[in-house]
Amino acid sequence: MSHAIEASADTAAVPAGRASPAPRPRRAPGEARWLAVAFLAPALVLLSALVLYPAGYSFVRSLFGDDRAGGIGSFVALGNYREMFSDPGILKALKNNVIWVVVAPTVVTMVGLVFAVLSERIRWSTVFKTVLFMPMAISFLASGVTFEMLYSDQPSRGLANAVVVGIHDTFRPTAGYPNVHARDATVMTGSAAIGYTTIAGYSAAATVILPMAGLDLTTAPPSSAGPALLPAAGAGPGGLYGVIWNDFRPGGGGHGNTVDAGELGLGGMRVQAVRDGGGPADDKVVATATADAHGVFRFPTLTSGSYRLKLPASNFGAPYHGISWLGPNLITPAIIVAYLWVYAGFAMVLLAAGMASIPRDALEAARIDGATEWQVFRRVTAPLLAPVLLVVLVTLVINVLKVFDLVFIISQGAGANGHNADVLATQLYSAFSAQRYGLASAIGVVLVLLVLPAMAFNIRRFRREDR
Amino acid sequence: MSAAPPSDIVTGAINRGFAARASARLGGGVLRLVLIVVALLWLLPTFGLLVESLRDPAQFANGGWWNAISHPAQLTTGNYTALLKNHAITGSFFNTIKITVPATVAVVLIGSAAGYAFAWLEFPGRDWLFLLIVAMLVIPIQIAFVPVVKLFGSAGLTGSILSVILFHVAFGLPFAIFLLRNFFAGIPRDLLEAARMDGAREGRIFFRIVLPLGLPAIASLGIFQFLWVWNDLLVALIFQPKSEPLTFALASQTRQFGSSIDVLAPGAFLSLIVPLAVFLGFQRFFVQGVMAGSVK
Repeated sequence: MSHAIEASADTAAVPAGRASPAPRPRRAPGEARWLAVAFLAPALVLLSALVLYPAGYSFVRSLFGDDRAGGIGSFVALGNYREMFSDPGILKALKNNVIWVVVAPTVVTMVGLVFAVLSERIRWSTVFKTVLFMPMAISFLASGVTFEMLYSDQPSRGLANAVVVGIHDTFRPTAGYPNVHARDATVMTGSAAIGYTTIAGYSAAATVILPMAGLDLTTAPPSSAGPALLPAAGAGPGGLYGVIWNDFRPGGGGHGNTVDAGELGLGGMRVQAVRDGGGPADDKVVATATADAHGVFRFPTLTSGSYRLKLPASNFGAPYHGISWLGPNLITPAIIVAYLWVYAGFAMVLLAAGMASIPRDALEAARIDGATEWQVFRRVTAPLLAPVLLVVLVTLVINVLKVFDLVFIISQGAGANGHNADVLATQLYSAFSAQRYGLASAIGVVLVLLVLPAMAFNIRRFRREDR
Repeated sequence: MSAAPPSDIVTGAINRGFAARASARLGGGVLRLVLIVVALLWLLPTFGLLVESLRDPAQFANGGWWNAISHPAQLTTGNYTALLKNHAITGSFFNTIKITVPATVAVVLIGSAAGYAFAWLEFPGRDWLFLLIVAMLVIPIQIAFVPVVKLFGSAGLTGSILSVILFHVAFGLPFAIFLLRNFFAGIPRDLLEAARMDGAREGRIFFRIVLPLGLPAIASLGIFQFLWVWNDLLVALIFQPKSEPLTFALASQTRQFGSSIDVLAPGAFLSLIVPLAVFLGFQRFFVQGVMAGSVK
């Protein structure tokens, strides 16, 4: 294949070569100029028409309002800019952009630096770098969908919340029976807010019955609730035991304070035992038990004495649903974490390349002089790496100022809360979609003004390097 | 350590050596463990997306994707077979190709020609023009939306794939020219002078010497631009081509996220499988391109 192409190129080129009378060392200056034009023309035409002219046009357009059909309205001078800095939505976006610019590049660079330093010391650093760099190849759409899923409010879908809820419930279990209350005021007093306490005291070998009511039977019962069971006297290993259940039989026919078939035990309910007979000072919890799926609880250690039983208020709280990652407060940090996932590999690879170019001698000399690894890093690596760090930081700042896709996708998934994540680029898109072209141009101009320092940085760097 | 009595110097040194070795080994173990956890953490989101895309939608109510690991019976290829029958999605996949390939080829060709001119041809204003290109590297594409949409409108390109391609090419060019000019400038002058002495025309020098020698940089650029365009959502949203690309088709699905995760998860996976293959296949070039382009 490639041979054929080369051959045809040859045959095409050879006659032209023969036609020229003699080898020409230099071309006339005029000819060189035309050549340059020919090579540059396509690029210059496209860049002028689609980059330079539009940039200039937008500056002018931002000074004009909009008519209803999306055409140019009257001259408003800085009116669009004034609107920008007074519209609460755009101000919020501006604030978010500030958070992005301050937080994201720094965090990404620091994480990238730590990974670059650490991955130097493992044999599989290539694999590690590949894994971390991989998100760079994936579209923000796919990353956005992935993280939208990860942050989902439903613990059954969002892994982040499933982990948080799991950890929370391990340390502070909630049975999650929000509307359940004591059914019989002669057995227990109290309320859901402060918990319930039995009126009577119980001693070992008695079967305590704690009838409750209010379990929502219109929906599927919680998975922790199963058919209630009255533990037979003497069946257990001894101690105090009993049953806590929803003393209500669907369809009727149940008897009060009796465990009837079809009634549900309140599994997961926590029951505390306190010594009976004392005043409030004696309210010390001596044992805690958790009801099983049949509602049966046991205190095998309480073999003597009399105890009152308490149901702490935590039983009656709504189940813990985890953190609202995409809620108003956390949505921007949550999206920045997704951004970190994408760009940490980028920072790491650039910084690792920068570190590889540090002369070994400098490091060795410092080590021979007895410097610890931390000192070597602080005094030798970090200063020599500073230019690369700056380049990474500036690149990320430029990138973050324009961040769009990730915010757009994740905030769309967040529904009504989504607008809390808005940044300038998404506001510009909204203005554009609403045919507010004057306003959209003004936001675009502000974006350009914001990248100007980075532009100056690049030009200076380029002129220095090119010398 | 310095306060240790002189008699202990020898044993102290041995002990220190042992302690240092032990702590180094222990530290190495901890380090390895930490990095393994980090790597797994980085793989987790994509892995979750893959598993979710393979789950029977009927199982979604029963718990998150991690349940499928202990219950592999939940896994099915049903979502993918449904996706392949969904013409809106498969069509958009091919639209993405129709946009990405021409946009990449055009940037490579136009960019190399201009890069060559900036590197090896003499013309007035060359250095200033190139600084302008460097300045354009960071210009946000947002600044061009309003006028370019209008421009394409008057050129009759509204809703066409060509409008998206042209826009991608224009905004890909500054980086392409920057990268290739710098690479071409590194080609030894003698090589070009010798060819000119032999009477080769600039066109021949460009195609027979510069392009083959510049291949590594061209590959980096090509892959970079390919991924850039393939993954684009914003430009597609602005120019609304009638033949919508995959990202666009999937983004409109996110509005009904809850109900359409069985389309969205495999669709997102479909959209990332091509870039992933390109990345893993041409990793070296990609990394070089990203490093060279740490300005865009």
